[in-house]
Amino acid sequence: MSAQATDVTPAPSTRGALRRKLPGSLAWHIGSLAILAVILYPVIWVIGGSFKKSEDIVGSLDLFPGDPIISNYTSLADGIADISVSTFFFNSLFLAVGSVIGILVSCSLTAYAFAKIRFAGRNLLFTLMIGTLLLPYHVLLIPQYVLFRNMGMINTYTPLLLGKYLATEAFFVFLMVQFMRNLPRELDEAARLDGCGHFRIYWSIVLPLCRPALITSAIFTFINSWNDFMGPLIYLNEPGKYTVSLGLKMFVDQEGLANYGGMIAMSLVALLPVLAFFLAFQRYLIDGMATSGLKG
Amino acid sequence: MGSAVTHAPATEDLTRDSEPRHGPVKTPRPAALKRRRRRDNLAGYLFMSPWIAGFLLLTAGPMVASLYFAFTDYDLFDSPRWIGLDNFSEMFGDPRWRHSVQVTLWYVVVGTPIKLIAALGVALLLAQKRRGQAFYRAAFYAPSLIGASVSVAIVWKAIFSDDAAVDRTQQFFGIGAGGWTGDPDLIIYSLVALTVWQFGAPMVIFLAGLKQVPRELYEAANVDGASRLRQFWNITLPMISPVLFFNVLLETIHSFQIFSSAYIVGGGAGGNACGPADGSMVYTCYLYVQGFENSRMGLASAMAWMLLVAVALVTAVLFWSQKRWVHYEEGGR
Repeated sequence: MSAQATDVTPAPSTRGALRRKLPGSLAWHIGSLAILAVILYPVIWVIGGSFKKSEDIVGSLDLFPGDPIISNYTSLADGIADISVSTFFFNSLFLAVGSVIGILVSCSLTAYAFAKIRFAGRNLLFTLMIGTLLLPYHVLLIPQYVLFRNMGMINTYTPLLLGKYLATEAFFVFLMVQFMRNLPRELDEAARLDGCGHFRIYWSIVLPLCRPALITSAIFTFINSWNDFMGPLIYLNEPGKYTVSLGLKMFVDQEGLANYGGMIAMSLVALLPVLAFFLAFQRYLIDGMATSGLKG
Repeated sequence: MGSAVTHAPATEDLTRDSEPRHGPVKTPRPAALKRRRRRDNLAGYLFMSPWIAGFLLLTAGPMVASLYFAFTDYDLFDSPRWIGLDNFSEMFGDPRWRHSVQVTLWYVVVGTPIKLIAALGVALLLAQKRRGQAFYRAAFYAPSLIGASVSVAIVWKAIFSDDAAVDRTQQFFGIGAGGWTGDPDLIIYSLVALTVWQFGAPMVIFLAGLKQVPRELYEAANVDGASRLRQFWNITLPMISPVLFFNVLLETIHSFQIFSSAYIVGGGAGGNACGPADGSMVYTCYLYVQGFENSRMGLASAMAWMLLVAVALVTAVLFWSQKRWVHYEEGGR
């Protein structure tokens, strides 16, 4: 472990150094590809499996079938327990879009107050907000359920959406606060001297500049809402109102063994919106993740 | 709830002001200043009002209610009846509760370190500037987004069942032990594998931390002839320790709250069990069974508070240990 220093020194100029660097590069790519294979295996497995006959899916080691079939997908047209698959998708989409709107509005308003307004009690409220980040959701699960039940809101989407409109997702508030603090102060200071009120500054100056943070929050909210299982499991009890997650779970319980191929196909279809979002916006997602771990 | 999003550090405070202490204009007269301060207070609370309503209605209020329920017998239909500490004594005397604690602790203690070591290892690999780095980073991150979904749990259950890919691989090496998901002792490791598979989220945070380590430190160490291992131990690790702390805290807290994947891989709590012989009956699964399947809302609230206490203790210990191993740069970053 003494000759490796050449790896770190910048710009190796001699041929010898270059030759010594090549094996390192090769090892790097082999290592990365090996990890990639492990990461992708389940995804490729489910794609291949969705074109196999039910009885071949688990036992067979071939990733892709010799004679691909599409009946797994066509069987989805029959729906699950007499409910069309598109119903679940529509329900999930409604909840996801509703959540995104709520988060964007409520969290950006709260973040603006924390980042741009000096008011009495701000530090205390900020500490409380950060505290809710670490609070296990399960402590609130039962009392919230009792609350919504007493208000007659079981089997409606209100319990799943209300929190989003009341900025209870502290992570997004925090993300936006961080972003807004880093905006140049001169802008809103100048606007104030010109007589702009806070709402004008929020709407015309801060929000447009916060677009990256808003996009990151919107995508994360959509994906979290789409994946959410526990919320719908507790609050929805009428199959017609089920989300994709619940529909899938119902599929497993009712037809899982009889129509294994259909279940695998449905699993893949349920993932598609998330994968599409990822492919389209991966830069925003990864940058958003990275900044959340670093202060400022 | 095992979401793709990890949360932000709690060590933040609001000491930085968003407005300059002495403005560009001449100091306003006291009356104007007072008026402006009053206006700012009003605006502040107006902007905050959704959050304040949400905090009172959906966080603070429910927490108080939950604490009260914890000392009552409550089945949703009759009003809660005060029973003192009975829920807690029932809980501690219940072998299934102790089993769920054991399963969860094992999951946290085994899964979190493996996941974080994988995340750090791969981050170190990807920190080298090579072609394709951005592609790998994105690809490795993807599982963190879909890992919490029902779909992936279904796929996981299939891959780890009898005669499926994992079992066949083991048979090939002569250590076939049947599918993991059908085995009460092994099913928890399929969940560990599922969380390790999602190492991408902490990896991205590690990568961002690694990027901030000044190159000069390594150059100086090279001049001094320090080995790679020494450089990692004496430069990299201390420099990224705040990020490491953040990841340890968040991943540990998240692991305690695993639900959906255990519920689905374990076959759901239908019939009141989770996994073969309760093999994947993690804490929140049992909480769900007691609260929503057995309608024991009081008992489930007591369980939830025990979880809160456990998480708070872990958080406190981590924050306390912080000054021994986490190095913050002077002046903060």
